[in-house]
Amino acid sequence: MAALLEVRDLRVEFPMRRSVLTALDGVSFDIAAGEVLGVVGESGAGKSMTGAAIIGLLEPPGRIAGGEIRLDGLRIDNLPYDQMRRIRGREIGTIFQDPLTTLDPLYTVGRQLMETIRTHLGISAAEARMRAIGWLERVGIPGAAQRVDSYPHEFSGGMRQRVVIALALCAEPRLVIADEPTTALDVSIQAQIIALLKQLTREKGTAVMLVTHDMGVIAETADRVAVMYAGRVAEIGPVREVVKQPKHPYTVGLMASIPPLDRRVERLAQIEGAMPRLSAIPPGCAFNPRCPHAFGRCRIERPELLDAGATRAACWLYDPRSERRAEAIRHA
Amino acid sequence: MPDASATVPMVEAEDLAKHFDVSRPWLQRLFSGEPRRILRAVDGVSFAIAKGTTLSLVGESGCGKSTVARLVVGLYRPTRGRVLFDGQNLAKARASSEQRRRMQMIFQDPYASLDPRWRVRDIIAEPIRAFGLIADGAALRARVADLLTQVGLSPLDGEKYPHEFSGGQRQRISIARALSSNPEFLVCDEPTSALDVSVQAQILNLMKALQRDLGLTYLFISHNLAVVRQISDRIGVMYLGRIVELAPAETLFTTPRHPYTRALMEAIPDLEMTGRQRMPVGGEVPSPISPPPGCPFHPRCPLANDRCRAEGPALVPARGTEETLVACHAVEEGRDGRLSPASPATAEA
Repeated sequence: MAALLEVRDLRVEFPMRRSVLTALDGVSFDIAAGEVLGVVGESGAGKSMTGAAIIGLLEPPGRIAGGEIRLDGLRIDNLPYDQMRRIRGREIGTIFQDPLTTLDPLYTVGRQLMETIRTHLGISAAEARMRAIGWLERVGIPGAAQRVDSYPHEFSGGMRQRVVIALALCAEPRLVIADEPTTALDVSIQAQIIALLKQLTREKGTAVMLVTHDMGVIAETADRVAVMYAGRVAEIGPVREVVKQPKHPYTVGLMASIPPLDRRVERLAQIEGAMPRLSAIPPGCAFNPRCPHAFGRCRIERPELLDAGATRAACWLYDPRSERRAEAIRHA
Repeated sequence: MPDASATVPMVEAEDLAKHFDVSRPWLQRLFSGEPRRILRAVDGVSFAIAKGTTLSLVGESGCGKSTVARLVVGLYRPTRGRVLFDGQNLAKARASSEQRRRMQMIFQDPYASLDPRWRVRDIIAEPIRAFGLIADGAALRARVADLLTQVGLSPLDGEKYPHEFSGGQRQRISIARALSSNPEFLVCDEPTSALDVSVQAQILNLMKALQRDLGLTYLFISHNLAVVRQISDRIGVMYLGRIVELAPAETLFTTPRHPYTRALMEAIPDLEMTGRQRMPVGGEVPSPISPPPGCPFHPRCPLANDRCRAEGPALVPARGTEETLVACHAVEEGRDGRLSPASPATAEA
């Protein structure tokens, strides 16, 4: 399957007064058309930053300092602002966590949808209105023909997030970046929104990058998962493998620390310590100070993504030439 | 675990209610002819927490769980009902200094609940000073160092300021502060919701260890059923200001009775990837300003009939059990057997 989105060695830096913080360091992944790639990690791991870099909306002074981003073969990380603006919305739709900040409170939702549709598809106002109503129906808003003239504040949280989904999809983009789309929603509404997003993107063969810290949502929605740690991809692979048989020691710890719903455990597994700050990322593997399996090489040399069975993990335990091998964590 | 019936419960809530007046200003109401608007955040909640145990309240946003937490510690004055703390009525007068020493609260956001301009040692020592527990400077410093060690920090961390800590460490500081007055009862309002999952595990383990070591009683507020299962002895499920089901933790998960409890569990994403399809609960939580008549869950309930639409159910023991309390006509009448994971859409037909 040819990749729709290719990210290669992406490096994002924040120049500070005295030093340069590296927020993303050598991030690489692909997303194929019709595929959902989940991106997980703890706060500050660089998940949202990756999304922002792809749509060209890094907050200054953040800048792309290296690597390439290609959409359908076209390099988009170095495009002029105007050209990138046309790609955002038309080719790449975005869904953010908080629907209230995405929607303009001063315009009716219909007007916002029509504006997006007309800007990118160049059709008449009347036709755009019909499409706007059609999209509201498709995302499950009852009485769409009337609600199209309502303002965002007249919708509940779940309904607003449906409007945001309609807004992200109405120009029929080929890639959707959904950054914590359900985090602000209650669990009963969350299920509705995830089901909707999945169904709509599957119908159109849209590629989705789903950024979330909720493994449950990923397990249910994604085809593949990238696990991020301290601005790097720690592990990437098919969702079932990463969730059920994680290979990277960080992923192993992360999965074990999720409280199980189906049983009570006396003591949850925990990873000691905390993720390092960007200003204090240790040399070698960023996870080495917290890793129960770290050995000499981990503290000196940074591991690249290596084949680890069904997934790829950035861990020296999977280097065939390492003195210590992955058998060590099989039973962890 | 002490037998709840034999001893006085640590905390008891009786028919607790809190109504907020959210009307527009009087003049605007006069012109628009609008009636007063009363938001019934909590509307008749009763429970008891035995000493040394944990009661959790779960529910979605707006169900009133945080309001209950605030009522229990006396941050709000109840509109109706009362709170008994160790047998004494709290709602009658302002809680005495001694009562306040014995209960403490931990909040959701460790970034907002610590004063950024105070050193950690002063933050932790504040309750000790306020209640006049330790007068001697050296003894106070030793106590603060003990507390820091107890929550897994270093005594040296006392010299630092809150911004030097991560979210999980800040929550540890909040816990140390809460423990500093030797409380017996802690109200924890979503203490791990702002934390990453690996840090959440650390905090939950710490809270369980502290309960075991110090014999603490917890009222734990959360929206996360998996978290609640790890920490609770009993669980109350709240919906629109009321408890719809109150049961021992394991019973609630193995045999949930109320249709809302079942729907909540259905809606949780499946990490085991058994291929089970999630059954979304149709519809949304109604507004607590104009709750539906009868059972508040009836517009979304697959089992609702005419009685449910007219008459509100009371929280009573479910059939064949003493332990589980359920507020549902369908369960009471034995109509709940056919509740398979049906979508509410089919129930409307």
